[in-house]
Amino acid sequence: MATDTTTPPGASGPAGPPPGDAAKRPTGRRPTPLSIAIWVLVAVVGATCWTVLALHRGEDVSALWILFAAVASYLIAYRFYSKFIANRVLRLDDTRATPAERLEDGSDFEVTDRRVLYGHHFAAIAGAGPLVGPVLAAQMGYLPGTIWIVAGVILAGAVQDMVVMFFSMRRDAKSLGQMIREELGVVGGVAALIAVYAIMIILLAVLALVVVNALAESPWGVVAIGLTIPIALFMGVYLRFLRPGRVMEVTAIGVFLLLGAIALGGVVENSGLASAFELTPETLTILMVVYGFVASILPVWMLLTPRDYLSTFMKVGVILLLAIGLILARPVLQTEAVTPFAGNGQGPVFAGSLFPFLFITIACGALSGFHALISSGTTPKMIAKESHVRMVGYGGMLMESFVAVSAIIAACVIDPGLYFAMNSPAGVTGGTAEGAAEFVRTLGFTITPDQLNAFSESVETELVSRTGGAPTLAFGISLIFSEAFGSGMTAFWYYFAIMFEALFILTAIDAGTRVGRFMLQDTIGNVWPKFGDTSWRPAAWAASAATTGAWGYMLYVGVTDPLGGINQLFPLFGIANQLLAAIALTLCVTLFCKHGWWKFVWVPAVPLVWDLVVTMTASYQKVFSDNPAIGYFAQADRYRAARDAGEVLAPATEASQMDTVVFNSTVNGFLQASFAVLVLVIVANAAWIWVKAARAGSLPTTEVPHTPSQVVAPADFFATAQEKEAVRAWEAEREQTAGASR
Amino acid sequence: MTTLVRRWAAGVRWYARELTGEARWDDYLARCERDGVAPMSRREYERHRSEHLERNPQRRCC
Repeated sequence: MATDTTTPPGASGPAGPPPGDAAKRPTGRRPTPLSIAIWVLVAVVGATCWTVLALHRGEDVSALWILFAAVASYLIAYRFYSKFIANRVLRLDDTRATPAERLEDGSDFEVTDRRVLYGHHFAAIAGAGPLVGPVLAAQMGYLPGTIWIVAGVILAGAVQDMVVMFFSMRRDAKSLGQMIREELGVVGGVAALIAVYAIMIILLAVLALVVVNALAESPWGVVAIGLTIPIALFMGVYLRFLRPGRVMEVTAIGVFLLLGAIALGGVVENSGLASAFELTPETLTILMVVYGFVASILPVWMLLTPRDYLSTFMKVGVILLLAIGLILARPVLQTEAVTPFAGNGQGPVFAGSLFPFLFITIACGALSGFHALISSGTTPKMIAKESHVRMVGYGGMLMESFVAVSAIIAACVIDPGLYFAMNSPAGVTGGTAEGAAEFVRTLGFTITPDQLNAFSESVETELVSRTGGAPTLAFGISLIFSEAFGSGMTAFWYYFAIMFEALFILTAIDAGTRVGRFMLQDTIGNVWPKFGDTSWRPAAWAASAATTGAWGYMLYVGVTDPLGGINQLFPLFGIANQLLAAIALTLCVTLFCKHGWWKFVWVPAVPLVWDLVVTMTASYQKVFSDNPAIGYFAQADRYRAARDAGEVLAPATEASQMDTVVFNSTVNGFLQASFAVLVLVIVANAAWIWVKAARAGSLPTTEVPHTPSQVVAPADFFATAQEKEAVRAWEAEREQTAGASR
Repeated sequence: MTTLVRRWAAGVRWYARELTGEARWDDYLARCERDGVAPMSRREYERHRSEHLERNPQRRCC
């Protein structure tokens, strides 16, 4: 074992320059002609695909062009840009021990195989977000959404995830909140805490709304999703009492039962029992809130852990199936490349023009602030080597982006008439095929009521005004799967996709409520220590009830909003998520300044500036726009004035709905404004530090000093022959040391 | 061909066991053996693990 008695290269005090002078940089091997040829080929494929997408108009465009354009771009970004960030900007240093190595405790901190950690990280970051946003954004055509998903992830989303992970790793795997408190100060810290909690509440409400919209008046869906609860409970009991620890076998049983539950839902749909499971959105809201509360106070082994196994396997399985399905089915894009709604901002799915609203509608998949909460605190506790930050942080986000690209494809292979009939609120379609056909005609698309009914019959549920994104995606997936794997199972595939989304959403709600409960207990615990004791039932229950109550209320607001909950709340969620990204990127820029890494500060600063411009423009429009379709307060004013004049404005149908619109829009407006103000407070706090750092050249940070690493592990997805040899030698040496000490 | 398939299947199985944490038990046994201590029963070990998860909720993103 290398015993280094001198100061290791790159060791520096907290205030010192970044480690890794020229001598320490990884010695890049000269590229072989073969590798040059391969990368030229990838670049040519990517360029060709983008050119086709950009130039082909008015003829059939295969969805595979999008798929290959995205994949080629990811490969190039990973190979070149992430490597540049890893080697030149962050100067990842494998001679430094990671927190997992230094603080290994066998539970939280644990040196983890890079590929396994990639799976853990991906399972934690990818949920329903990258599936829903792109579907809604498809109202502007396939091209703007695709470009933002791919460019956004390469330059912003993956950079944020990787850089946050790096900084957390260099600070004993501290959470985003802790780092902000320590590096920015108390003001920033408190603002960040409030922002994170509030944003999480909106996130949970919107996710729950997606499930409610997908299951309303759909006995098949209700039965299939409802059965996941007893299935998860059974798995929990199995793992706890029958055969502890046998996760693989119980997951296999669980997946089998899930497929059975989907089939059983079909049986119920066509039986006399169907009406018993035909639930209204209001009933589903109550059920969701009760479920959320109970699930968050039950022991994790009963429901959360087993369902997490199911959702992880479903996630990986469906993504693989979708990629294979797309290649086999080679569907043609039905949507235009760019629809008129991109310019006029009058689309029925969400209001506002391409800039800034496309960029907040597609959050997850391009840039998602929520990832910063996973990339700090959770994942860094398990990183074996510093170099793995590139693969896990940057690479993990590229995979999520791939999911988003698949989702936009699935939404764009649907007949546009059907797409708009599904995604327009019931207030404008009247909830009937005739009403929807008429409304869609006013948008400039044609679909007959008979065609709509036929589509609905093919999946055995009413598709008109089934907003929320999940049903549209499920329908697109069912088309692709039917084409790829044989027809006759369209309805089964539809509910399979609905279940796949509902599974992660339920897991996110359960886990999110729990995290919210811990945050609340921790915060109140500062003034009332007893409340912070997480094993004290009254506190745990009160904090869970407060968290569930908060998102349950927002969910209710969404469900009962005559203007359509998704239309009203999704922008709030999207902006909130992007504001969280602004907070995370602000921290990154601050740390670059404090470290004195001025040369490369553009790496996090460019995405930060872009994100601030987008979120602040969107927030400004949502608060101050005098267009009632966009500005929350303008909307409230319009409905208030009409109400006072004794009128009822569509889509409201009675006076009480007018009150609802006025109240909801005002609440949304205030939330929107306060989120933006919180972020501005954090940025202003940080800007003060940037100036101080610029004057001083650098400032002390809380980076942990260099400790030599003993762990040997390959750096990237595929190990080179030398890396394999080094690992073998290291393991043999450890074996010997262990033998000698016995 | 069969060896290749077998290697792939073994790889997938290894990955799934690691990802779900099922393999943690094997690591624990190996650690106990290395340290010369008597391991707890699997039931006890798994309870220990779930209690830990209880106190440390994992985030699941959007």
